[in-house]
Amino acid sequence: MDKFTELSGIAAPMPLINIDTDMIIPKVFLKTIKRSGLGVNLFDEMRYDNDGNEIPDFVLNKPQYRNSEIIVAGDNFGCGSSREHAPWAIKDFGIRCVISTSFADIFFNNCFKNGILPIVLPKEQVDLLMQDAEKGSNARIQIDLAIQTVTSSDGVVMKFEVDNFKKHCLLNGLDDISLSLEKSDSIETYETKVADIHPWV
Amino acid sequence: MTAPKTLYDKIWEAHVAHKSEDGTCLLYIDRHLVHEVTSPQAFEGLRMAGRKVRAPEKTIAVPDHNVPTTLDRAKGIDNEESRIQVEALDKNAKDFGVHYYPVSDVRQGIVHIVGPEQGWTLPGMTVVCGDSHTATHGAFGSLAHGIGTSEVEHVLATQTLIQKKSKNMKVEITGKLRPGVTAKDITLCVIGETGTAGGTGYVIEYCGEAIRDLSMEGRMTVCNMAIEGGARAGLIAPDETTYQYCNGRAHAPKGAKWDTAVAYWKTLFTDEGANFDKVVTIKGEDIAPVVTWGTSPEDVLPITAAVPSPNDFDGGKVDAVKRSLEYMGLQTGTQLSDIMIDTVFIGSCTNGRIEDLRAAAAILKGKKIKDGMRAMVVPGSGLVRAQAEEEGLADIFKEAGFEWRLAGCSMCLAMNPDQLAPGERCAATSNRNFEGRQGRGGRTHLMSPGMAAAAAITGKLTDVRELM
Repeated sequence: MDKFTELSGIAAPMPLINIDTDMIIPKVFLKTIKRSGLGVNLFDEMRYDNDGNEIPDFVLNKPQYRNSEIIVAGDNFGCGSSREHAPWAIKDFGIRCVISTSFADIFFNNCFKNGILPIVLPKEQVDLLMQDAEKGSNARIQIDLAIQTVTSSDGVVMKFEVDNFKKHCLLNGLDDISLSLEKSDSIETYETKVADIHPWV
Repeated sequence: MTAPKTLYDKIWEAHVAHKSEDGTCLLYIDRHLVHEVTSPQAFEGLRMAGRKVRAPEKTIAVPDHNVPTTLDRAKGIDNEESRIQVEALDKNAKDFGVHYYPVSDVRQGIVHIVGPEQGWTLPGMTVVCGDSHTATHGAFGSLAHGIGTSEVEHVLATQTLIQKKSKNMKVEITGKLRPGVTAKDITLCVIGETGTAGGTGYVIEYCGEAIRDLSMEGRMTVCNMAIEGGARAGLIAPDETTYQYCNGRAHAPKGAKWDTAVAYWKTLFTDEGANFDKVVTIKGEDIAPVVTWGTSPEDVLPITAAVPSPNDFDGGKVDAVKRSLEYMGLQTGTQLSDIMIDTVFIGSCTNGRIEDLRAAAAILKGKKIKDGMRAMVVPGSGLVRAQAEEEGLADIFKEAGFEWRLAGCSMCLAMNPDQLAPGERCAATSNRNFEGRQGRGGRTHLMSPGMAAAAAITGKLTDVRELM
């Protein structure tokens, strides 16, 4: 997995609440058996018309947001399906961080597995960053995972919370399967115990 | 004496295989369900790392999302990408030695219908699948939730998940339901009450008389949509209804093992005085047959209501509702029962079980669908289909003018050819009314099977109680 340490980038404002996984990556693109190449279809139905032409009003089609690395989003970003194609598409587009007041649980977890940092902040702070994002390429938001801060383009510093283990994996780009396999003894002990008391499992 | 525990606390504690100092746990997974869309990258990951499936005997695979549901599907899948995904699952199931129900098997169907039907899902288990509607299995008092593909690979390799415990939420539905009100109305009504993020960070336990009175099919419908309320999982404590459903199923325990299992299952309830971090109580008698009007499952109203105004809402929801109404082509103030429907879809992991087909057939018996209506029933599994044929339900559907399809996810998410055209309006028994969910530009109204059947007859959203 790619590491995530620091980031200074343009943020795309997406104030709509409940941006769901079907919006992020519609199901027609779930037929791939690869993880790569989905960036071009990120937000496909919002981004392109029925003939496949770009919709100029959509934020990521505007010249100043084409190289966005951050999304500042409305409440409950990523609700809906478990499709990891959603973070794959986000990452493939070049976005490494999403900031919102809340995220859907499965999407939130999926981000961490793909080197994307989802940041939860209180509404006032998200509103402030949304205003920042509205400034386009004139405003860069900075993120420092090690010290858990987001800094607005005006220098306002905001602390955010992140699970220690997830932070550790992101900072070091760790594959958590290898980490879990180091605990194989505990898993085996558990299996032996359960086979004895709950033999039907 | 130990502190009183919730059902979730008990199942959680029984599955912790390793706990780190910061509280991060390796939660052991008893059943891993796999389908063709979210697994190919995970199996490929195993191959690349030279890893095996740790517990193939606890891993069950079935293709469902992409499979055609037309009667000629034995000829194969036309869409090349869909065919490749299903073929990949065929190969992965064989290479890694997991249980498999291929398209040609009568037991094939939607993964969340096949698991319980075959007795894989049992009380007290942990069940995961790369699909958010895994919450369905919570109906058995098992801790069940969706995971992403990286986590699918993690479970395949280690039979565990890295987890931190969620908070406890209780949703109690008291008293009795009124006639015409079903499990679907309960679960939609709860989401209407709590919002799509109301359950975020929680595992919900559904309880109360109205929940107890539900069949296993109804309980699965309720838990299925726990995810639409944002919850990690939904649970219902097992009871006699649960044991009866499980008893005799292919992979349920038999003989002495059955007795030991039931004795254990009887300990799976929330202790008196256990703490819930959040409680929602709804009177069963206050729940009406409902439909959704917008593009979020929280956009729920009784069928007797009218399309709301964006001004009825606060904050970010105002703009979201404006967008929804535009997408849905609806005007504020229109009676929901005046909204014309083009298509009816009965099926999905939410409402594709035998009881759902019975409920729809009871409304349709001796009647015809409206002229020009496109209507299809897609049974949740080959066995549901066979049973419906045996009970004469299939004939009722066909005589009414419904297409009688083979099992799969079908138009719930429209990955196969069953899709809505832009602007086409559908009465659906599925679980999501998101923009484009049933096909780009398609408009979805969620409801119970009886309500969907009523809409097929009248050609508009209809109060099922008028046809009962």
